[in-house]
Amino acid sequence: MTAQNAKAAGPAVLVLEDGRTFRGSAYGAVGETFGEAVFSTGMSGYQETLTDPSYHRQVVVMTAPHVGNTGVNDDDPESSRIWVSGYVVRDPARRPSNWRSQRTLDDELVKYGVVGISGIDTRALTRHLRERGAMRVGIFSGAALADDATLLAKVRNAPEMAGADLAGEVATAEPYVVPAIGPDGEAVPIGAAKFTVAAVDLGIKGMTPHRMAERGIEVHVLPANSTAEDIYAVNPDGVFFSNGPGDPATADHQVAVLREVLGRGTPFFGICFGNQILGRALGFGTYKLKYGHRGINQPVQDRTTGKVEVTAHNHGFAVDAPLDEVSETPFGRVEVTHVCLNDNVVEGLGLLDRPAFSVQYHPEAAAGPHDAAYLFDRFVSLMSQMESKSA
Amino acid sequence: MPKRNDLKSVLVVGSGPIVIGQAAEFDYSGTQACRVLKSEGLRVILVNSNPATIMTDPEVADATYVEPITPEYVEKIIAKERPDALLPTLGGQTALNTAVSLHENGVLAKYNVELIGANIDSIQKGEDRDLFKGVVERVREKIGHGESARSVICHSMEDVLAGVETLGGYPVVVRPSFTMGGAGSGFAHDEEDLRRIAGQGLTLSPTTEVLLEESILGWKEYELELMRDKHDNVVVVCSIENFDPMGVHTGDSITVAPAMTLTDREYQRLRDIGIAVIREVGVDTGGCNIQFAVNPDDGRIIVIEMNPRVSRSSALASKATGFPIAKIAARLAVGYTLDEIPNDITRETPASFEPTLDYVVVKVPRFAFEKFPLADATLTTTMKSVGEAMAIGRNFTEALQKALRSLEKKGSQFSFAGTPGDKATLLDIAQTPTDGRINTVMEAIRAGATPEELFDATRIDPWFLDQLYLIHEVAQEIEAASELTPELLRLAKRHGFSDAQVAAIRGLREDVVREVRHALGIRPVYKTVDTCAAEFAAKTPYHYSSYDEETEVAPREKPAVIILGSGPNRIGQGIEFDYSCVHAAFALADAGYETVMVNCNPETVSTDYDTSDRLYFEPLTLEDVLEIVHAEQQAGPVAGVLVQLGGQTPLGLAQALKDAGVPIAGTSPEAIHLAEERGAFGRVLHEAGLTAPKHGTAFSFEEAKAIADEIGYPVLVRPSYVLGGRGMEIVYDEESLATYLEQNAGLVSEHPVLVDRFLDDAIEIDVDALYDGEDLYLGGVMEHIEEAGIHSGDSACALPPITLGGFDIKRLRAATLGIAAGVGVRGLINIQFALAGDILYVLEANPRASRTVPFVSKATAVPLAKAAARVSLGATIAELRAEGLLPAEGDGGTLPMDAPIAVKEAVLPWNRFRDEHGRGVDTVLSPEMRSTGEVMGIDAHFGTAYAKSQAGAYGALPTKGRAFVSVANRDKRSMVFPVKALVDLGFEILATAGTAEVLRRNGVEATVVRKHSEGPGPNGEPTIVQLIHDGGVELIVNTPFGTGGRLDGYEIRTAAVSRGVPSITTVQGFAAAVQGIASLSAGDIGVRSLQEHAEHLIAARES
Repeated sequence: MTAQNAKAAGPAVLVLEDGRTFRGSAYGAVGETFGEAVFSTGMSGYQETLTDPSYHRQVVVMTAPHVGNTGVNDDDPESSRIWVSGYVVRDPARRPSNWRSQRTLDDELVKYGVVGISGIDTRALTRHLRERGAMRVGIFSGAALADDATLLAKVRNAPEMAGADLAGEVATAEPYVVPAIGPDGEAVPIGAAKFTVAAVDLGIKGMTPHRMAERGIEVHVLPANSTAEDIYAVNPDGVFFSNGPGDPATADHQVAVLREVLGRGTPFFGICFGNQILGRALGFGTYKLKYGHRGINQPVQDRTTGKVEVTAHNHGFAVDAPLDEVSETPFGRVEVTHVCLNDNVVEGLGLLDRPAFSVQYHPEAAAGPHDAAYLFDRFVSLMSQMESKSA
Repeated sequence: MPKRNDLKSVLVVGSGPIVIGQAAEFDYSGTQACRVLKSEGLRVILVNSNPATIMTDPEVADATYVEPITPEYVEKIIAKERPDALLPTLGGQTALNTAVSLHENGVLAKYNVELIGANIDSIQKGEDRDLFKGVVERVREKIGHGESARSVICHSMEDVLAGVETLGGYPVVVRPSFTMGGAGSGFAHDEEDLRRIAGQGLTLSPTTEVLLEESILGWKEYELELMRDKHDNVVVVCSIENFDPMGVHTGDSITVAPAMTLTDREYQRLRDIGIAVIREVGVDTGGCNIQFAVNPDDGRIIVIEMNPRVSRSSALASKATGFPIAKIAARLAVGYTLDEIPNDITRETPASFEPTLDYVVVKVPRFAFEKFPLADATLTTTMKSVGEAMAIGRNFTEALQKALRSLEKKGSQFSFAGTPGDKATLLDIAQTPTDGRINTVMEAIRAGATPEELFDATRIDPWFLDQLYLIHEVAQEIEAASELTPELLRLAKRHGFSDAQVAAIRGLREDVVREVRHALGIRPVYKTVDTCAAEFAAKTPYHYSSYDEETEVAPREKPAVIILGSGPNRIGQGIEFDYSCVHAAFALADAGYETVMVNCNPETVSTDYDTSDRLYFEPLTLEDVLEIVHAEQQAGPVAGVLVQLGGQTPLGLAQALKDAGVPIAGTSPEAIHLAEERGAFGRVLHEAGLTAPKHGTAFSFEEAKAIADEIGYPVLVRPSYVLGGRGMEIVYDEESLATYLEQNAGLVSEHPVLVDRFLDDAIEIDVDALYDGEDLYLGGVMEHIEEAGIHSGDSACALPPITLGGFDIKRLRAATLGIAAGVGVRGLINIQFALAGDILYVLEANPRASRTVPFVSKATAVPLAKAAARVSLGATIAELRAEGLLPAEGDGGTLPMDAPIAVKEAVLPWNRFRDEHGRGVDTVLSPEMRSTGEVMGIDAHFGTAYAKSQAGAYGALPTKGRAFVSVANRDKRSMVFPVKALVDLGFEILATAGTAEVLRRNGVEATVVRKHSEGPGPNGEPTIVQLIHDGGVELIVNTPFGTGGRLDGYEIRTAAVSRGVPSITTVQGFAAAVQGIASLSAGDIGVRSLQEHAEHLIAARES
């Protein structure tokens, strides 16, 4: 492993669709890649970030300069592979150091063919994205290097994120079950758990079913295109819609399915993309944020308690719902339960007349602070209330 | 939920004098807090005995008491001011301990004062080791993580010895309870160590309690800074990772923010534990810091300790992140919640978030072992550093190298010149943590040590070690290259190499490298500390340099003044200089300039982004300053660079800056040279008709002897090139002169020795004055209490002078004017005079702000540094008088008859140091400065003012009991009167046989006690040293014998330090103490705020 040795790896170029160009060194795989340029401000958790399916087709710029310091281990990934389409770091580690490290990040990026660039002014790039908004980008190294005009033309030919329907590309093709975890720390036999949840995978992170399993929930993870029939086939106590990549405006199928779930009054919990789908199911619109929220330090206020939690975010779109009033919807009254204090973006919705709620951010927190873990408890108590009602 | 409306007034308790472990960071925190509280409409009452602080500036609080921070004095202030609340969390351990005492003795209840920011219960839980262990246990029950090191609480030596068995043997850690900065703690590797460390720890602990603990030496060490509000919102402001593993006090460690070698899972676990701890301890409104040790082999986490208050680390964290912890803590204390407080830097987002960094911060400690040659320089869990420098870079290597050069100490930067030493020897040396170990590690790398070998020797994390290898590889590449290409220079700069380092590797001159670099267009850019990694736009120009692509320095219209700060605190250059720089920023902003501060000391008020219009957190080297000047000249007009307020550091850059075409404000570099070069200064004195003590320069013993014979013993000898009294000694005879030259042969071989006539029994006088080229404003005349020969920084002094008459002042004024005019000062000058046998001698002159500027400003209620800044930029004294910045008439030499007397007393760090045998270091004052800080006592009369200064510095003078007196022969005559006075005040006098006899002949009965060297008597009669240890002595007067007899005195004085008995080492100090004791005995001493003093003074001036 010699990257960023005193002698750097070969040259690489990062080209934004507005023509701004950054020159650095190749990192990870050599070649070319395209995607939507976004920046992530988390100082820890690069493994979780890289394997978060919501980053599918995005080129992630790490604002933290040192990346790869703790190497790569088999425990921390949020899915079975790296999803980012490109990776931009300033100072990659030459030698990882951590008692859990099994291999280097550089090797891992090569293994998954992730083209990256290092040694560029990532802060300048971040400021550019902040001012101009997220945009398409290409990274080129090795044989893919060419004159700037050629590279720029290639970037401008790449697909845009708005209007992209990507959940199907990242979600599981086959259903699978994550067993509940008993008080002894052992897996509970299938069918014996207190609750069963049907979790529709739109790009689900590994920690999400784990957080539910820790609370005694058996999680049936279902493909993104599952129907209401598929969902109710597992006889769920609750339904969950996960996070995932792409434009929520394209998720018409999932919106329709969720309306059925709401109509049947099954407890529902959504995270991120799941929140946007709930928003749409209730009749709200969604819109693309200028440069999104990606980091693990975002202050969100739970308006039901007034408390502020520091939370993990990864969203480029948001729900357009009125902040200070209760809205009437076909499924009863709904209110905005959570708000990001930085910019007043809607971060959570709650139905007042039915057992359904969702948040735009990541209570499963991998990476990120565990402040919002109580939301999983809320989901459990919704299911418990239903149980006691029906009993 | 806005602020509480039931609070109308708050008493803020400061931290007192600068000592090791408690420094300028509490001025920074306290100043922020006072300003916030005042802006919230509360009446702010402040107590702090340290005059060299911004917080004690009269405009910061409504009522400022420069009084001792002891329960007695604070009670007087409470009784007078009747505050609704007391805020104890911003004044370090001193404030917290005072608050606990005031709670325990019922004062808070009696006057119905509410403790805000912390409650007694949480203070106890955080500070008491046993209670804290319980906290950690409950946290573990709740969240399943975190534990304490296995440990035993001990209250006696028997407990201690038994405790080691329980823990399974040596080594063990000894930690006394309730001491500051880890004072008295250490590692015991065997029973001898244990008896010594634990014995002292039991004494130091106010609760006679020490904790023995399993050794976690070599583990990774982390700190988290947390804040919590009354709604239980908690944020982690910053994570800090120690470069030096466990075993070195965090204040003495190189530390890095953010943490570099934790995965998110591990980091979040620390965060979860931290939050659970702050909740369990019950800090409801404010900040705390929590320290963790992490086993590098399996990640086992030990929670080491927490401070339920703002700390040194929180100041560092504030500067490292841009999140002003103290300011926010103050708001939380009066009822706000985090989400109601806006983030200063973005102005649009709230404070209820966690800062994220897109840069790396490195802090390195600054030590002063050269001042204490006998002290053991091994780093342990007792903090020994006297200051710190912080640097910011876009990566670790850049930040580290910037930090090392910020230390401004020879050899602190990595050197790649010459052949490295033997690898095995270097690895062996690197095992012991010391000042500069990182340089040894680099040398070992150069000598071919492998990362594994170095990890085994040092336990420094492999990632950090690899970064050092990276630096080494870059150095090798610079060396091997055929020429300095742009790529190579960029690579070097990207990893923090200075032009000087590159030059040394290439065998070039620094300025040549700089020229090449500039010709190639390779210059740093300036990034912004913005709390959010550029996610939001920053409104605060808090900059650091990096060799990156895009600069963020904004253009401006107004002319800028660049103020150079003083760098890391060290003995001889401390907070006083920062004070002057901050004042300059305020005054020049008021005068319409754009102020630009440059400094690298994270503890200070000057590096608060609120202080100046722009802040550059940068090293104060020529290269770094030139680049800032360049960047600012690109941004707009630059009126000048102010070098005379930050002490010797910026002054030393003046000539080189001017040579590079930079405009220097005020006194010119040529004038500075006139004052600093002995020959030139001699001519200035001659022309002004003034005398210096006879002196000569010698290159050998023979020459030195000839000079000494001519001018007469005693003589003051010192190497010619050093500052701050380094290596300076008073020599009484030829034999000692020979010894001195032998001992300092190393220094003398290259530089001559200066031999000065020592003015025995002279009165030393310090003068601070302003000169604009025409008028002189005499800021203040200070009369030293100790005789000439004690470094002025270590000597107590009184203002106005207590024994000088109008004629003397007239002479001093004329002499000061002559020197200021002769040198060509524009701004401040400090001159030291000695008055011996009615002859006025000039000892030295410094054409800059002195250490005493804040003291003089407080004592005379005139902002000298502000005026100096204005004069430097061209204002005249007449204009400043007209403006009201200076009094319309009169000056510090014409104070009204009933002006209060202010006494400055120096605070020395004796109790911090041990020699390699574990014995204390000697406490004798000398021409070499060793004090870390100062206090001021102010009152109507000298006696009371002196008594207050002692109470503020060391603890109150006794008013009864036993006083031990043992003085050198030359002091015996002058001792008689004060001893008689002590007897009249009811003291019993103890003396050694010789002293007792002199006293008896003068009609004073003294009890003879055995000398230490005599050993206990036949019937077990204790020696004086034993008596002191047993608590049988209340006051010690022990002046050092010129030569012989020194050892006995040493034992006495070190015993006094370890027992905390007032120990006076000069006969003049003794006389002052007796006056103080008399005042204390005469009755109640009152308290008076600076505002009241000023009002009185102004009224007197006008009448």
